[in-house]
Amino acid sequence: MEATHMTQGNIGIEINAEEDQYLTFIMAAEEYGVDILRVQEIRGWNNVTPIPNTPTYIKGVINLRGTIVPIIDLRERFGMASVEYGATTVVIVLKVIKDDAERIMGIVVDAVSDVYNIEASEIKPAPDFGGEISIEFVSGLVSVEEKMLIIIDIDRLLNSGDLKIADKVSAKS
Amino acid sequence: MSIDMSQFYQTFFEESFEGLDAMESGLLSLDVGAADIETVNTIFRAAHSIKGGSGTFGFTAVAQFTHVMETLLDEMRADTITVTTETVDLLLKSVDVLRDMLTAVQTETEIDEERTIEIQSALEALLSGESVASSSEEIVGTETPTVICWTIRFKPFDYLFKTGNDPVRIFQELSELGDFSVVCNTEDLPLFEMLDPELSYLSWSIKLDGVISKEQISEVFDWVDGDCELEIGTEDQVPEKVVANLPTVAVPVPEPLSCSDEKKIPESTPLAATPAPALVKDKPTKKSTAADQGSIRVSIDKVDALINMVGELVITQSMLGQLGEQIDDDRLEKLQDGLAQLERNTRELQESVMRIRMMPISFAFQRFPRMVRDLSNQIGKEIELRLQGESTELDKTLMEKISDPLVHLVRNSIDHGIETPNDREAAGKSRVGIVELNAFHQGGNVVIEISDDGKGIDREVITGKAIEKGLISESDILTDEQVFDLIFSPGFSTAKVVSDISGRGVGMDVVKRNIRELGGSVEIQSKKNEGSKIIIRLPLTLAILDGQLIQVGSHTYIVPLVSIIESLQVKESQVNAIAGQAEIYKLRDEYIPIVRLHNSFSVNTDVTQLTDGLIVVVEGDGQRAGLFVDDLLGQQQVVIKSLETNFRPVEGVSGATILGDGTVALILDVTGLIKLSRQERIVAA
Repeated sequence: MEATHMTQGNIGIEINAEEDQYLTFIMAAEEYGVDILRVQEIRGWNNVTPIPNTPTYIKGVINLRGTIVPIIDLRERFGMASVEYGATTVVIVLKVIKDDAERIMGIVVDAVSDVYNIEASEIKPAPDFGGEISIEFVSGLVSVEEKMLIIIDIDRLLNSGDLKIADKVSAKS
Repeated sequence: MSIDMSQFYQTFFEESFEGLDAMESGLLSLDVGAADIETVNTIFRAAHSIKGGSGTFGFTAVAQFTHVMETLLDEMRADTITVTTETVDLLLKSVDVLRDMLTAVQTETEIDEERTIEIQSALEALLSGESVASSSEEIVGTETPTVICWTIRFKPFDYLFKTGNDPVRIFQELSELGDFSVVCNTEDLPLFEMLDPELSYLSWSIKLDGVISKEQISEVFDWVDGDCELEIGTEDQVPEKVVANLPTVAVPVPEPLSCSDEKKIPESTPLAATPAPALVKDKPTKKSTAADQGSIRVSIDKVDALINMVGELVITQSMLGQLGEQIDDDRLEKLQDGLAQLERNTRELQESVMRIRMMPISFAFQRFPRMVRDLSNQIGKEIELRLQGESTELDKTLMEKISDPLVHLVRNSIDHGIETPNDREAAGKSRVGIVELNAFHQGGNVVIEISDDGKGIDREVITGKAIEKGLISESDILTDEQVFDLIFSPGFSTAKVVSDISGRGVGMDVVKRNIRELGGSVEIQSKKNEGSKIIIRLPLTLAILDGQLIQVGSHTYIVPLVSIIESLQVKESQVNAIAGQAEIYKLRDEYIPIVRLHNSFSVNTDVTQLTDGLIVVVEGDGQRAGLFVDDLLGQQQVVIKSLETNFRPVEGVSGATILGDGTVALILDVTGLIKLSRQERIVAA
């Protein structure tokens, strides 16, 4: 559903060389943005296979056309209260890049919102507000249509904590 | 019109290394008795191909070296040099040098010139020393060494260039033999508009003077054999020699040359006269593989089978498609038939695709004859190597990984197993020791056995050593199996003298670990003075495993069937708890720890009473444990998917797979699970 909506939205938007497109999603009434080029697909929530002995924010793995893809609950990752998954709950499948390694991961969010064109210069650095969503995962804040968007650095976020790619040296020893 | 030759390099290297292997195995079979002319021919042909190929690609060092080898082989072929152990040894060394050279060229590193020159001069010395004359050209075949004027009429069929041959190279080779002149006959050349640039219209008359045998000439034309009209004759006119000494001057040929106007080929420089648009393809490149690494050669049969299967699949698909368009109750039966057919097709297709990765184990075995020969010479033992079941097929990746452990085990058999000839005689055995490699399929496994008829493993020596190393205590009573298993302990070596072949004790534990990593097992059987046998069991492939589906709570997990020993219902009387913590199950005369999967994986389940569920006895890395599960579901083949691709390794889980309903199920890693539960106990305590 959302996916088709997105594509239609895209067509109407003029593409400017200076601008990047961001897909935004809602979590606890806040709007977050991720680089749209990293978005592989958006799918509804389906049951996952849990992985034993991992933090609760790692919901488990799903079968994405033959590949095993881990699913992360972003609310829980950010230490927010988890909510019952509902009709608008979606999984955004993202491409995460770290040191030439490309991984596919899904994040569970409350709902997808829109696609915006944002000029790089419009993005302002976020103040250090401490707390669970450490500043390191936020690449900046931007105002669009009277709203504040939080732009997330997914490469950082999805390579932190238990999601880190195993260090090759330590893996061997 | 130049083409990028580098795209053919890969094929050339593949073919050359194959050729070298062929030469090696040929040479090895040579030193048994008198030289078999067919074998010599095979070796010669391989050398010739490598020479031709390397010449074409401009690897002159390789070509020159191979040329000397080829000459020697040619003499062997002509029986002017007899096959001695010495010559075979030298040729084997040359094969090594050649392999190094090719590797150097391939990896674009420096060729070890010193060694090359050393072997090359040894070859040359052998040539000049043993043959009557100093140069090979002078004593070939039965021909008397007189100057003969040869006339050759060479008319290639029009498709010559499509076979990848080029007359210029042939002429170049001919010109090396003696005084050479060539006249091009262009009378068949069509009008320019009619000309097909990919066809050959030319024929040539060649005059060649020198001490040359007919064999030498026809050999040059070997590549085009069957693709041309070739007449080789002599002209016994002595005065002709005067003319022929001026090779660059066109020799008047009886037939008048009616050159067509458009395309006149300058006769005075015959070697430069490249048939202009003809260099479309080049020599020994029957196919070009674009992939530079990890390519695989697949027999046509397998590909054909695959194509047939896909054909069937398409038919089934269209049948189902038609049914789907107008489905009603009457057609239900047909639909079921169709689905059954689809299932069969899919399974067959999967099997065929897997089979593509399978290669005969002879690829791993073929290095052994050489190795055994070298080793037995080195340490003065007489050894006969027997290979069996070489056509047994094994996954390519497995093959690559099992090669080194096999080498180690064979070395061990030779070094530790087989006695010296005198010791053998004293023990009433034949002087020649036998090392046997055998491969066969058994169940879903490939079994490789390495056996020798040597002195066997001495229990006393092993236990003595183990006590010395503190691995066991003197009071331990061990079964044979347990004793032999000690050999696989790290740092364990009983060899009295550490040789460069074996005895450092770094081997066997690595061998065992490697085999375990491949999902296989290794076992030793031995009888004192009768020999030992090492049995390696490997799964057929790494990509698929036979799994037992088990249920814990609402989750389904997969246990590799190879690691399951048995499954049983728990008798409460046989469960003991040590310190109220670790549960131990008495399985016949053995105590095994119970691993409660629902605890290890923190899964909610109603089945927490041991008597309500089942115990699956598993073995991992030599340790046994009883996995406590709710229920056993079914067995099925599963395709292994990595968790690490997008996530990270998870302890106790070796991978994941996708079940029939599209959901993901985790594959359990038995060794990891046992470790995990032990850690839990430590934490709990």
